[in-house]
Amino acid sequence: MDINQKYTPQSWPDHPETATLEGKNKFVGFWLLLAAETVTFASLFATYLALKDKGPSGMEFSAAGLFELPLVFAMTMILLTSSLTSVYAMHHMKNYNFKAMQAWLAITVLLGLTFLGLEIYEFNHYVHIGFGYTNSAFSSAFFTLVGTHGAHVLFGLSWFIALMLRNAKRGLNMYNAPKFYLASLYWHFIDVVWVFIFTVVYLMGVIG
Amino acid sequence: MSSIAQKKGFGATIWDFMTTVDHKKIAILYLMSGGFFFLVGGIEAMLIRIQLVKAGNDFLSAGTFNEVITMHGTTMIFLASMPILLAFMNAVMPLQIGARDVAFPFLNSLGFWLFFFGGIFLNLSWFMGGAPDAGWTNYASLALASEGHGIDFYTLGLTISGFGTLIAGINFLVTIINMRAPGMTYMRMPLFTWTTFVASALILLAFPPLTVGLFFMVFDRLFGASFFAVEMGGNTIIWEHLFWIFGHPEVYILILPAFGIFSEIFAIFSRKRLFGYTALVFATILIGFYGFMVWAHHMFTVGLGPTANAVFALATMIIAVPTGIKIFNWLLTIWGGNISFSVPMIYAVAFIPTFVAGGVTGVMQAIAPLDYQLHDSYFIVAHFHYVIVGGVVLAILAGTHLYWPKMFGTMLSEKLGKWTFWFFFLGFHLTFFIQHFLGLMGMPRRVYTFGADQGWDLFNAISSSGAILMATGVIILLVNVVMTIVKNERIGNDPWGDGRTLEWAIPSPPPFYNFAQTPLVRGLDTYWIEKMDGNKKGMIFAEPLGDIHMPNGSIIPFVISLGMFIASFGALYFMDGKPWALAVLIGGLTLMFASMLVRSLKDDLGFHITKAELLEDAKGGNTDGH
Amino acid sequence: MAHDTHVHVRSQAEFEYVKKKRAEEMRGHLATFAIMIFLTLIAFTMVAAGFSVYLIVPIILLLAGIQVVLQLYYFMHMSGKGHGMIAFFMFSGMFVAFITVLTFVTIIWW
Repeated sequence: MDINQKYTPQSWPDHPETATLEGKNKFVGFWLLLAAETVTFASLFATYLALKDKGPSGMEFSAAGLFELPLVFAMTMILLTSSLTSVYAMHHMKNYNFKAMQAWLAITVLLGLTFLGLEIYEFNHYVHIGFGYTNSAFSSAFFTLVGTHGAHVLFGLSWFIALMLRNAKRGLNMYNAPKFYLASLYWHFIDVVWVFIFTVVYLMGVIG
Repeated sequence: MSSIAQKKGFGATIWDFMTTVDHKKIAILYLMSGGFFFLVGGIEAMLIRIQLVKAGNDFLSAGTFNEVITMHGTTMIFLASMPILLAFMNAVMPLQIGARDVAFPFLNSLGFWLFFFGGIFLNLSWFMGGAPDAGWTNYASLALASEGHGIDFYTLGLTISGFGTLIAGINFLVTIINMRAPGMTYMRMPLFTWTTFVASALILLAFPPLTVGLFFMVFDRLFGASFFAVEMGGNTIIWEHLFWIFGHPEVYILILPAFGIFSEIFAIFSRKRLFGYTALVFATILIGFYGFMVWAHHMFTVGLGPTANAVFALATMIIAVPTGIKIFNWLLTIWGGNISFSVPMIYAVAFIPTFVAGGVTGVMQAIAPLDYQLHDSYFIVAHFHYVIVGGVVLAILAGTHLYWPKMFGTMLSEKLGKWTFWFFFLGFHLTFFIQHFLGLMGMPRRVYTFGADQGWDLFNAISSSGAILMATGVIILLVNVVMTIVKNERIGNDPWGDGRTLEWAIPSPPPFYNFAQTPLVRGLDTYWIEKMDGNKKGMIFAEPLGDIHMPNGSIIPFVISLGMFIASFGALYFMDGKPWALAVLIGGLTLMFASMLVRSLKDDLGFHITKAELLEDAKGGNTDGH
Repeated sequence: MAHDTHVHVRSQAEFEYVKKKRAEEMRGHLATFAIMIFLTLIAFTMVAAGFSVYLIVPIILLLAGIQVVLQLYYFMHMSGKGHGMIAFFMFSGMFVAFITVLTFVTIIWW
């Protein structure tokens, strides 16, 4: 693979993410990592479900009383939209349109940052009313599950930003196309996890 | 050691190994460090047997005894058996599928260094205020109550080395999926490659629950969470489930590669194609699949209820079926073969009855009502040593003799190998067979001593004397290794004379690019087919001789692992209120993330070996490429 | 690891065709996105409307499941060529995930 190989939209391959053996290896390896992540989050979800509303006797917090749906709804919409914008970015990556790809990635990053900001606001609110990490088994499980997802969001954002800055001057090539593609896969996976978080933690929490 | 290593200075050799991304050198690193931890775990085993040699012994205090049994189990499983198996996978699997390299050479190195630093971290607990003492299963109710930092060394150390193992698993999976030589279809892969594949799949899906459980334990003990603290609404059974959802597949992660090694040995030394190759492959996959549905048989006495116990009991018994299929296939491979009893074959033949004994006691314990009697007794201890020593350790010893020539280019002595075998094998049965009866007589596991009036004296003394024989066997093996290195008699491609798979078609040790030309695979037992066709080159080629692309070495994996190692000390002392702890934690994490960032921002495109250099190599001479 | 990719320059007609295909695919993705938003709205509305728990829980779990399938098969292209092994491992992961969650909601002993 020659990193300096110049491409045109006509010569850019159909699947640049798997056009080289390195790309193909990264691609398969990353999907396997996502399979492992599925099990990781399942363990966190399972623990959350087992410890939901469990605390020292007389604990004043419960899922039904704690969660506020409007905020969660806003976060959900933002993250879902960012999933679409990253699809747009990959659409332009496949069309060898670097500028458009960077622009859509920038939008994705902004949406992700907004999501993260709202999550920090939410956590801060809980801690403020006394529902801190060490409050109970319930609080430990809740913060660990949702916080692990938040950490994934943070990592995904850092990854996008690093890729965008690193390649800003040199555009797309066979070396970085798989990286962009994998970062967007990661972003979709984060969205998948959030779908379960808003369903299992928040919606099922509110109805008790 | 390769002859090349000796030509270089000592420092240069160390640096070479610290930065290497060559899977064959990483295999040597795994073998050396796994071997070191095997000796450490062995010394701990000897301490246990010395303490139990007579009633009311005070050789070890009760507390120290708890530390020793915990570290013995943890070291043997995580730091000895698995890494040594990973050594063979690294050394042999890419050669078996005709690949020049693994899929992720950089990550391969990272995986090793994470395991290494995790293991060192865990063992430093001996010198830094006491080792973990809640058993290798580290049940939460014991672990949360344990004083000092022993448990924290356990959780953080295993977290680090667990990441390493996960990375190794992904690397092997992608290597097998993407990098097989032309013609190497899945159903032509050697059995050791197949078992590597399934074991890696188990690593992929079983290590996350362990990591999650370990994180919970870290947060509970160090950062005030209460996952397992009952008074705060927590639940100690969560740990048990997470641990065993990992722990049972872990047993198959160990035994499947062992099965793979024995499958290779039976075929080579019977000079026969494996009987029922397809059945063996599917049995391997089935064992992997069932492995995830039986974990609660470790928890029958917890009180999960009769329904759950019945389901898990049945699922457990079903596993005996694919395992039985394998046993019969091996027997029928030997049947009518032209057998040569070289050291690896002796181990393989001894493995069959030993492992069957362990399997049978396993089915006994699968019967939930009976398990209520056997649980936490020496019967259990006897059972799992029969499967792990009788299966995994025998495979490790057999594999060491089998693959030593391929890894180092010189052969271990057959004579000393046989001495090792007989000492180890007889010692093993002497030590553990009698423990079944100790268990049935009521001796609980993990007790540091027993009374003279309990009638366990004689059997314990016999058991301890067996341990001395095992230790003698291991010492003879060490002597063997040293003598072999000193003699350094070089051997050719196929030292056993009957190699069947591709690794025996190339020089020992192989050049660092493995195959100058990628081979074309025409069927199962590739090399054997070519031999039978009278092909002197040992393979036919899928491509003309041309430039080869290879990855650059890198120190970054070492630095990333070092960063995690340092950060773990910070986390460990954080709750002690030590002012420097936070700085150490942040410093370590910064080192880790900064080196990860360097890795992702700096292009690493590797280098090319030119055709001219390959032709030079083919004439003999340089096999190292530097 | 010899893998210099051979650069294949498409003819103009081929290029136009590929571009058109991609645009169509993108329209499909937009439709997928609309469905996902719609499913989310149903889930939140059901909870806000205060139906019976026994009605809501299975339905919102089903909706979540559909969303995941859409993400995996459309946004992440899991149905595409060369995804056979990947699908196998993802489903194995989901299987382990399922039994883990099942265990923790049934036989966690108190």
